[in-house]
Amino acid sequence: MFDNLTARLARIIRDLGSEARLTEADIDAVLRDVRVSLLEADVALPVVRDLIEHIRARAVGAEVLRSLTPGQAVVKIVRDELIQVLGGTASELRLEGQAPVVVLLAGLQGAGKTTTAAKLGRWLIGRKTRRILLAGCDTYRPAAPEQLKLLAGENGLECFVGAPGQSPVAIASAALQLAHARLAEVLIVDSAGRLHVDEEMMAEIRQLHEVLRPSDTLFVVDSMLGQDAVNAAASFSSSVPLSGIILTKVDGDSRGGAALSVRHVTGVPILFIGTGERVEELAPFHPDRMASRILGMGDVLTLIEQVERGADREKSEQIARKVIKGAGFDLTDFRDQLRRMRSLGGLAGMIEKLPLAQFLPGSAAAQFNDRELVRLESIINSMTPAERGRPEIINGSRKKRIAAGSGTQIQDVNRLLKQFQQMQTVMKRLTRKGGMARMMRTLGSGPPRGFRR
Amino acid sequence: MWQRLRQGLWRTRDGLTGGLADLFLGGKQIDASILDEIETRLLLADVGVDVTRAITDSLAAALKRNELGDLPAVLRALRAQMVAVLAPVQLPLEIPAAPRPFVILVIGVNGAGKTTTIGKLAERLQRDGHRLLLAAGDTFRAAAIEQLAVWGERVGAPVIAQKTGADSAAVIFDALASARARDLDMVIADTAGRLHNKRNLMEELKKIRRTIAKFDARLPVESLLVLDGGTGQNAIAQARDFHEAIGVTGIAVTKLDGTAKGGVLLAIARQLAIPIRYIGVGEAVDDLKPFVAEDFVDALLGVEP
Ligand SMILES: Nc1nc2c(ncn2[C@@H]2O[C@H](COP(=O)(O)OP(=O)(O)OP(=O)(O)O)[C@@H](O)[C@H]2O)c(=O)[nH]1
Ligand SMILES: Nc1nc2c(ncn2[C@@H]2O[C@H](COP(=O)(O)OP(=O)(O)OP(=O)(O)O)[C@@H](O)[C@H]2O)c(=O)[nH]1
Ligand SMILES: [Mg+2]
Ligand SMILES: [Mg+2]
Repeated sequence: MFDNLTARLARIIRDLGSEARLTEADIDAVLRDVRVSLLEADVALPVVRDLIEHIRARAVGAEVLRSLTPGQAVVKIVRDELIQVLGGTASELRLEGQAPVVVLLAGLQGAGKTTTAAKLGRWLIGRKTRRILLAGCDTYRPAAPEQLKLLAGENGLECFVGAPGQSPVAIASAALQLAHARLAEVLIVDSAGRLHVDEEMMAEIRQLHEVLRPSDTLFVVDSMLGQDAVNAAASFSSSVPLSGIILTKVDGDSRGGAALSVRHVTGVPILFIGTGERVEELAPFHPDRMASRILGMGDVLTLIEQVERGADREKSEQIARKVIKGAGFDLTDFRDQLRRMRSLGGLAGMIEKLPLAQFLPGSAAAQFNDRELVRLESIINSMTPAERGRPEIINGSRKKRIAAGSGTQIQDVNRLLKQFQQMQTVMKRLTRKGGMARMMRTLGSGPPRGFRR
Repeated sequence: MWQRLRQGLWRTRDGLTGGLADLFLGGKQIDASILDEIETRLLLADVGVDVTRAITDSLAAALKRNELGDLPAVLRALRAQMVAVLAPVQLPLEIPAAPRPFVILVIGVNGAGKTTTIGKLAERLQRDGHRLLLAAGDTFRAAAIEQLAVWGERVGAPVIAQKTGADSAAVIFDALASARARDLDMVIADTAGRLHNKRNLMEELKKIRRTIAKFDARLPVESLLVLDGGTGQNAIAQARDFHEAIGVTGIAVTKLDGTAKGGVLLAIARQLAIPIRYIGVGEAVDDLKPFVAEDFVDALLGVEP
C-alpha cells in the first residue's frame, strides 16, 4: 500500500510548489460570514468588532495549513482566537487565604446564583472540603431564604440566612462570624439578583464585598443573554473585583455568545458551566467546546478539529528534527506515523473531506484501511526497542517471534519491513529538500509555522 | 412610565455608541454612515442580523430613490418600519366573560420571570375587578411554591398548591376545580421553568395543556410565554418551540428596566406573529405594563417620540 502512498505524497508536495498565504480577499470574504455568525450567537457587537480586527491582523499573510482551504484556514484562525479569548490562565476557584475562605456570587436576576451556590457547595464536598457554610443574603426575592435552605438541606450543606428584617450586609457579617465559629473551610455567599443600573443595589454588592473580603467573587451569568451581557458584566466588574465567571443554562440550545462578551470585558476566566437544574449539574468550562458552539459552522469546525486531533505537533517535530539531524527514521517513528494516521479517525472518510482529496485518485482513500494500520502497529509493538531502532538486526528467528507475538504471519512481518524501507527512502529524499515538515503538514500532522503562537 | 425604559437606553447609548439621537442632532449629512449607525443601534438592541438587514436594506432603497430628504425623515422611516412590525402584535389580553374560569398558563425557560409576572398580573387583573386564584404548578424547583405563596399573600389571591414533587397537571386540575367551585373568574397557573430543547419537559407541558382541556374543553386559555428581555437570539427558538408544543397565545417580556432592549421581539413578531401582552419593568407588584409598540420602538431607538 505504501508504494502508491509515497509516490502520491511526493507528487502532492511537488504540486503544491510555493507557499500559499492568505490574501486579504480570502480573509474579508470569510470574516463577513464570521461576523454574522458571531452576532447570531449573541456575541456583543463591540466585542465582535474587536475580535474581527484582531483576527484580520493575524490572518493577513498567514500560511495556509495545507490540508485546509483558505476559507477553512481563516475559520481556524478565528476559532483559535476565540479559544484564546475564552480560555485564560486560572480555571479553578482560587480558594486562597485563611479559612473560612469566602466565595461570593453576584449577578442579574434569575441568572442562577442560588442554584449555583448549592452546586458549588456540592462540588466542594466532592473535593473533600468538609466544612462548608452557605449563606443567603437575598432579602428581596420572595422565599429566597427558603430556596437556599431547601437546596442546602437536600445536599447536606449547612446554611445561614439570617433573621427576618436583617439587612443583607448584616447577614453577611453574621455569616462570616458563624463560619469562624464553626471552623468552616469555605463560606459560599448567595446574593440577590440585581440590575447593573440599580445604583443602590450595586452599592450593596460593594458593601457585601467589603464585609466578606472574598477570595473568589464570581459573576453568575445566563448563557442565553444577548447584547446587554457586556453592559452588565462591565458594570459588575467595575463595582466589585471579579475573579471568575460561571455560565449557566448551557444545557439550552443558545449559541452562548454571552460567554465571549463577558469573558472579554471582565478579563476573568470562566470557571464552570451550569448544565442543568439539578445540583450535580455543574461542569468545568472547556474553551474549545464553547468556541465551536459560538462559531457554529459545524462542518468546517469538525474538519478542523479532526485535522488537529490527528496533529501531534510535538511528535512530528521531534521526528523531523531526528531525520534532519541524520539520526534516521526508525520503526518507532514509523509506528508513530501509523498511530497518527489511525487517530485521524476513519482516515478514509477524512481524506475525502480534505482539499487534498483532489490530488488523490478515487481509490486512494480505500488504501487507508484502519484494520491494516492496527495490524502493522501490533507487529511493531512485538519488536524489542533494539529491533525498532535497528531493523537490520531482524533475522529469521526474530521474525518468527515477532509474527507469533503479534498474531500475524512471517510474510506480514516481511511486508512491513519492506514498506518501512520504502518509507525510509522517501524520508531521506524529503529531508534533503527540507520537505519533511511539509509532508507532515500534508498529512495533517501539525500546522505550519505561521499559525504557531 | 417609559421613563425607566428610556433611562436605561440612554445609558447604553452613552456607554457604547454615539447613538442615533446624537446623529440626528448633529446635523450630519445623509450618507452610508447613517445606515451603519442604524445598523449598530439595531444590533446592539438584539434586533438580530436578519431583521436589521431587512430594515437597513429598505432604508437604503428609500434613500436611493431620494425619498428621504433629511435625517429626521430617515428616523421617521426607520421608526415607522419597526412600528409596522410590532403594531400588529400589540394586542391586549382580552378576557371573555364566559365560560369560566379563564385560564392563564404561564410558561417559559428557567428564571425568565414567570412567578414574578404572575404576582404582578394577579394584582393588575384583580384591580380590574377579576376574582382569581393562583395555581402552584411549579412542583419542581426548590421553594417555588413558597415563592408563589408569598406573591399570593402580597396581592391577596388564594394559592392552590400541593407538595413539591407532585404532578403539576394534577395541581392545575385541582385549581381549576377549586376556582369553579368558588365561582371565580380566572386561574393563573405557574409552571416550572423549562428549557425549550428538553423533550421530556416539553412533553410534560403538553400534558398540562391537555389536562386543562380535559377539565373543560371550552375553557378559554391564554398560554402566556414569559421571555427574559435580556435574552438574545435564543428567544426566537424559545418562542418557536413553546409555540409548537402548546400554541403560545401571548408573550410577556420581563426585565426591561435595565439596559436590555428586547429587540429580538421584532424577529418573533415577524416570524410567529404571537400577540405581545405585557412588559415587565421591575420586581415590584406594579411593574407590569401593557405592551405598546410605539413606546417600545422609541425606547429601543433611544429617541423621544
Ligand atoms: N436548565 C438549567 N437551569 C438552571 C441552571 N442554573 C439555574 N437554573 C434554573 O434557573 C432558575 C433560576 O435559578 P436561581 O438559582 O433561582 O437564580 P438566581 O440567580 O438565584 O435568581 P434571583 O435570586 O432571583 O436573582 C431556576 O429555575 C433554576 O433551576 C442551569 O445550569 N441549567
Ligand atoms: N428587574 C426585574 N427583575 C425581574 C422582572 N421580572 C422578574 N424579575 C426577577 O427575576 C428573578 C426570577 O424571577 P422568577 O419570577 O422567579 O422567574 P421564574 O421564571 O418563575 O423562574 P423559575 O421558576 O425558576 O424558572 C427574580 O429575582 C425576579 O424578581 C422584571 O421585570 N424586572
Ligand atoms: Mg437567588
Ligand atoms: Mg417560577
